[in-house]
Amino acid sequence: MLYHAEVTIELKSGMLDPEGTTIKRALEHLGYQTKKVSTAKKYTIQLDSNSADIARQKVDEMCQKIIANPIIHNYTIELREA
Amino acid sequence: MKIAIVQFGGSNCDLDVLHVLKDVMGIDAELVWYKENNLDRFDGVIIPGGFSYGDYLRAGAIAARTPIMDSIKKIANEGKPVMGICNGFQILAESGLLDGALATNRYPKFRCEWTHLRVETTNTPFTSKFKKGEIIQIPIAHMEGNFYADSITLDKLNENEQVAVRYVDKNGHLSNDVNPNGSQENIAGIINAERNVIGLMPHPERASESILGSEDGIKMFHSMVDYISHN
Repeated sequence: MLYHAEVTIELKSGMLDPEGTTIKRALEHLGYQTKKVSTAKKYTIQLDSNSADIARQKVDEMCQKIIANPIIHNYTIELREA
Repeated sequence: MKIAIVQFGGSNCDLDVLHVLKDVMGIDAELVWYKENNLDRFDGVIIPGGFSYGDYLRAGAIAARTPIMDSIKKIANEGKPVMGICNGFQILAESGLLDGALATNRYPKFRCEWTHLRVETTNTPFTSKFKKGEIIQIPIAHMEGNFYADSITLDKLNENEQVAVRYVDKNGHLSNDVNPNGSQENIAGIINAERNVIGLMPHPERASESILGSEDGIKMFHSMVDYISHN
């Protein structure tokens, strides 16, 4: 079965997010007041697997080993059959 | 004595480091491509600066997971000195050989300028030629040099004198104004608990000849060579 995973990587709370802060300021110049703007990166990964559980576990391993840096990032995984 | 200078796709300070070691210091050094899987013939390793793998994913993230890192970890475990400069520091942090992470600069811009640094410890193979508290000048050139570690790790780095250098003003005082990237506690370089693996955001190879404006950086290479000669 082919699975489609969407991995979202965000900075942990408390980490500086200069890009988010700059975008927030630009929004203010355009007249939009926001409470907070944060940046995130999204990766889409397609993989073959016998089950959704195994596919999720594999993607989680990938996140821990390379896609995220657990010191500064949180990540979420959304998985569906492709 | 032979020192390895590791080259990844995108390394770009490799030849500068080679020039300082070979031409300025007369030390036997060799460029080593990242596919090399045995570094046993070397007495020390330098991971130079650059943009390995285009900084894809995160600065240093891809290089940290190439096979040569296993050989570098082996060298480190044997107690041989390993120095990571700039992208090399990012690679060592990503590989887990050093604590913390290098996040995007507080003001998200590439900063290439001279910095004053205070030598926080001389008890490392890379800073033994300095005096403790000495103010030195070495330039930086990076966009991801904002050192971050959780508070437990930060406490440990301070307690064990693992902070090697901090950004200061010319009189040696710490302040936010002279912190070029937002690093916690103005940290510019750290060493591992075993005290043989160092990561430096400043580029000592760019301050190793008087024509470059400072010779403070070469003392780091002299310290390293001295350590190798005595071990």
